[in-house]
Amino acid sequence: MMKLSLGPILWFWSKQTVFDFYAKAAEWPVDTIYLGEAVCSRRRELKPDDWFDLARDLSACGKEVVISTQTLIESEADLRRLGRICDQNEFLVEANDQSAVQVASRHHIPFITGPSMNIYNVATLRVLAKQGLKGWNLPVELGRETLEQLITGLKQEDLDLPAEVFAWGFLPLAWSSRCFTARHYNLPKDNCEFRCLQHPDGMELRSRESQELFRLNGISTLSGSRYDLMRELPAMERMGVNTVRLSPEHQGMEEVVKRFDQVRRGEVPATDPLQLVEAPPCNGYWYGKPGMDLIG
Amino acid sequence: MELVCPAGSLPALKTAVDNGADAVYIGFRDSTNARQFAGLNFNDKRAAEGIDYAHSRGSRVFCAINTYPQPDGWEQWKAAVDRAAGLGVDAIILADMGLLDYAASRYPDIPRHLSVQGSATSYEALSFYKDNFDIRRAVLPRVLSLDQVRGVAKYSPVELEVFAFGSLCIMAEGRCYLSSYLTDESPNTRGACSPAKAVRWQETPQGLESRLNDVLIDRYGQGESAGYPTLCKGRFEVEGSVYHAIEEPVSLNTLDLLPELQELGISAVKIEGRQRSPAYIADVARTWRQALDNLERTPGMFTVENNWRNTLSGLSEGGLTTLGAYHRKWK
Repeated sequence: MMKLSLGPILWFWSKQTVFDFYAKAAEWPVDTIYLGEAVCSRRRELKPDDWFDLARDLSACGKEVVISTQTLIESEADLRRLGRICDQNEFLVEANDQSAVQVASRHHIPFITGPSMNIYNVATLRVLAKQGLKGWNLPVELGRETLEQLITGLKQEDLDLPAEVFAWGFLPLAWSSRCFTARHYNLPKDNCEFRCLQHPDGMELRSRESQELFRLNGISTLSGSRYDLMRELPAMERMGVNTVRLSPEHQGMEEVVKRFDQVRRGEVPATDPLQLVEAPPCNGYWYGKPGMDLIG
Repeated sequence: MELVCPAGSLPALKTAVDNGADAVYIGFRDSTNARQFAGLNFNDKRAAEGIDYAHSRGSRVFCAINTYPQPDGWEQWKAAVDRAAGLGVDAIILADMGLLDYAASRYPDIPRHLSVQGSATSYEALSFYKDNFDIRRAVLPRVLSLDQVRGVAKYSPVELEVFAFGSLCIMAEGRCYLSSYLTDESPNTRGACSPAKAVRWQETPQGLESRLNDVLIDRYGQGESAGYPTLCKGRFEVEGSVYHAIEEPVSLNTLDLLPELQELGISAVKIEGRQRSPAYIADVARTWRQALDNLERTPGMFTVENNWRNTLSGLSEGGLTTLGAYHRKWK
């Protein structure tokens, strides 16, 4: 049976909210939990030790835990945090940048690559396998056909590298050194007053015709529609996808997990629509179309 | 510091060389490079002619093969590397790890540069590319502040090239999928951002509208100058305010930073704009050549001359230039 994973929390939540979220998640039918700050270096409600404590707790509850690293590494301080994450031998690391691949491989820490690592072909997977890659995420802009070719290519080369697919949530689409939340409040990034805390699911960016285009989330830009591949689970299973990733939201997540769990067990019709949280759905990338499209 | 100029066509290449480019960068006429534009870029015959022209005048030619091949494109991208090697380019600019691996093992003697699309923002990332593919040079993304460039430069295992002038990508290059989210093409997959095939202009009672795959990117009032609908530079609504919520349409211009970049040991400055006309290339290359020559001639005394500033401002988006992320005042 395919595994379900909870990706790293991409939003900025208070320490208590994070702890409460994972206290509940410990009981959910997810197999893998990614912990840590993958977006902004200024988001430090939880210190590395807090994350490791949480990791041990969740591990004790039977979850496979992976510690995520920051996607955009810009400073010496960012590298120090990265070094701290890789300087341990308890948990796998999610590398979201080549810096993390380099540091993890130097520490001999096995790693998984997140969806922001540019893996578009088997030759790239071969390079990363030599560095200690233990699993990989499909970049969000790629779809079914490419995934199928990648998995087939891996089999042909006898490379055992489990594939994970971002299957539910707002798609992380871009990273910048600019902070769009701070910009909205007319604040300098370095003195942002942590306004992201007021937006636990980002800020909606709409066209002047009120079309939901993106979600601004600090230095990251996410999709305005929610990616939802629930109906594709059977196809993914046939293809040999190992893990399906659900991206945390602060409301309705338990229901989402429950529904995906049912579908992976074949308990409900795969066509059952998932209407839990307000936001238009999309699945275009899966079909090789514009990501914002909804096919079928 | 070297001056690296864009060449989207043979006339542009010749113009860049004639106006003082130490090196020009070109791409093939397909989606193997991150600037795929109708009617631009090079076939093998033109590339060979351009390389001859540049070499005979002491300039070098780099070939950008900096998009990310998917399995069904692998042979085509590999063939692009073979073509570049066969043509005798002075360096291949690559982003994809698989392709870097191929180039390094097949053509170890042809220098490899890491494209800005490779998105290396730290010396650890640069070390990854150096250790695995023995790259000689890397182009830094336009998202780093000068302090951050200093930090990277201090421990960089390879030569560094930074963007000096031209359109401003404000997202970390190589990791921006905004374009494929709205259309089906992105720089990584097709070498296109906000592709022209998806653009539509329409005069309406509210003003001139620009759309990208039917999404309203901007609407211009009377007398307002309209820019290309690059989606990150449109006007949108966030919490009731309409503004350039991601970035204003401005150009990057780092003339003022030249002495600092030199002090950091930066090897080359890069001009953006393979889609630009030869006339544009001539003005920009000439101006930057003068600036760099001045920098060499007058150590510690470099000042930006007004005519350089005026020339470059006139060539910038909306007439505005910015130091981009190189300074930290931006919001």
